[in-house]
Amino acid sequence: MTSVTAQDRTTAFDAAVAADERIEPRDWMPDAYRATLVRQIAQHAHSEIIGMQPEANWISRAPSLRRKAILIAKVQDEAGHGLYLYGAAETLGTGRDELLDKLHSGRQKYSSIFNYPTLTWADVGAIGWLVDGAAITNQVPLCRCSYGPYARAMVRICKEESFHQRQGYESLLTLSRGTPAQHEMAQDAVNRWWWPSLMMFGPPDDESAHSAQSMAWKIKRHSNDELRQRFVDICVPQAETLGLTLPDPELKWNEDRRHYDFGPIDWQEFHEVLKGNGPCNEQRITQRRRAHDEGAWVREAAAAYAAKHDTARQTAQTAQTAQTGQATQTGQGTQAEQAARAEQSRQAGQPGQAVQAGLTSRPAQTTAAGEATA
Amino acid sequence: MTGPTTDAPAVTAAALALGDDALVLSHRLGEWAGHAPVLEEEVALANIALDLLGQARILLSRVGDEDELAYLREERAFRNLQLVEQPGGDFAHTIARQLYFSTYQAFLYAELARTEGPFTALATKAVKEVDYHRDHAEQWTLRLGDGTVESHTRMQRAVDALWRYTGEMFQPIDGLTATHGTDWAALQASWDESIGETLRGATLTLPETPRSGAWTAGAGRQGLHTEPFGRMLAEMQHLHRSHPGASW
Repeated sequence: MTSVTAQDRTTAFDAAVAADERIEPRDWMPDAYRATLVRQIAQHAHSEIIGMQPEANWISRAPSLRRKAILIAKVQDEAGHGLYLYGAAETLGTGRDELLDKLHSGRQKYSSIFNYPTLTWADVGAIGWLVDGAAITNQVPLCRCSYGPYARAMVRICKEESFHQRQGYESLLTLSRGTPAQHEMAQDAVNRWWWPSLMMFGPPDDESAHSAQSMAWKIKRHSNDELRQRFVDICVPQAETLGLTLPDPELKWNEDRRHYDFGPIDWQEFHEVLKGNGPCNEQRITQRRRAHDEGAWVREAAAAYAAKHDTARQTAQTAQTAQTGQATQTGQGTQAEQAARAEQSRQAGQPGQAVQAGLTSRPAQTTAAGEATA
Repeated sequence: MTGPTTDAPAVTAAALALGDDALVLSHRLGEWAGHAPVLEEEVALANIALDLLGQARILLSRVGDEDELAYLREERAFRNLQLVEQPGGDFAHTIARQLYFSTYQAFLYAELARTEGPFTALATKAVKEVDYHRDHAEQWTLRLGDGTVESHTRMQRAVDALWRYTGEMFQPIDGLTATHGTDWAALQASWDESIGETLRGATLTLPETPRSGAWTAGAGRQGLHTEPFGRMLAEMQHLHRSHPGASW
């Protein structure tokens, strides 16, 4: 009987995926599907919070108040994206603490692009244009990902990312059309960020370890090389408008393919950075760990305070319930139900974990803050 | 941003004082980006920094070009309170600084919003933001004060360390007294009562040390600042000053 049931479940799952239906937290799913999603969502969440560092590096030196507001709002959005994504992973039964622990101990990764340094102000614009541009190219298809909570998180994230991308482009355009020193700063930034941005799409299709299964599960919808080509095709005309050169002498339009050809990517550099030998790997993870460790007493205080005061509240509530004769439901429900509640609270803009820890945060101001004050 | 208005000099000086408070504290809060103890606080501290920066831009634009004022003034020309220029320290210091300042700003802006004068419109909008900042700081003061032994010790230390900068807040700003009829003694009384209540609720002791130094009383409003401020400005102004006349 059990094997028939398992078979039925698998068939139902496969049929749902094939019919482009969304898999939701309460639905049965294969363990490997769950594990793949957790790995991918966690890596994405980690990338958001590590990705705050290279840009936050310029907040204190932003050269105008308008740019400073835009940059703070952007870095804030990245923290917000981290919250949505850790919330999405929570619906799969893996909490934020566990994932952060894996990040800090090097068992889970973040996007290698953030292991490159932001050396000048123009890097902030170049990251917006190229890194956010590549991220959007990667992420727009994820809005149709088969797993519901992840797909919904991606819809919000992509909207904000495309806003960031336009802001980065506009900042770079201002620099390119500014003084000779500003133009040179913009060109230098593009020279350094172009190739690492192309590497963001991951290894070539024939070397990509997880691609085939992820595509079958509709977690992934296009191959690495397809997306990379799409990105190059978008960037070339944009670079022309910017008045900046992309650092690839082999870049040229191919009439037969109806795509731009581009030169070989230095995959050795990619693998070196991935292994931990990039310019900032050590720095990024050290700062992340330090922030976490130095914040431990704050989190402990919040938990201790919540425990004291929740206990007080619960006692009052129990007394009240006893008086009115209503039965309290003592069970916590199934894990899936808890996960579903976490998802609901996430959608309501209240990260489940935060509520538990007694933390409050006003929902992120939209990136429009930067624009509105502009 | 609208251009500078033709305010009376005392009103311009008031705009500068309030604008510099917001600008400088916003900068200090921005230093937390990527360093906050928990992800929710990355969002919250950035939110407060953005609100304050928005207020600063409106106020400074009343006085002149916002970027010239932020990036090209020398240290002595800044009129902010010494409280807001103090470095973030640990999270408890940041919360204590925020509690003291947001409580001051909340009472002052509520008063400016209630009375007819040059700052009514700004205060009406800002008071909603500031109420949130104050609530955020109060909630954290409670959690840290009444959390663990360590957090209590740290919070008490922070509350004590920044106390000496609180007297300056109630030095009258003439441009507000003349136009909005601000009652500074009443402002201080409200502040004292509110802070006393929050600290008691957090099981913390109200400091009894002097609220202003012998020669530093009111100094920030007169352009005299503390050591960390010059370094902060050096960092904030460096890039802008390195490219004279450039647009960003």
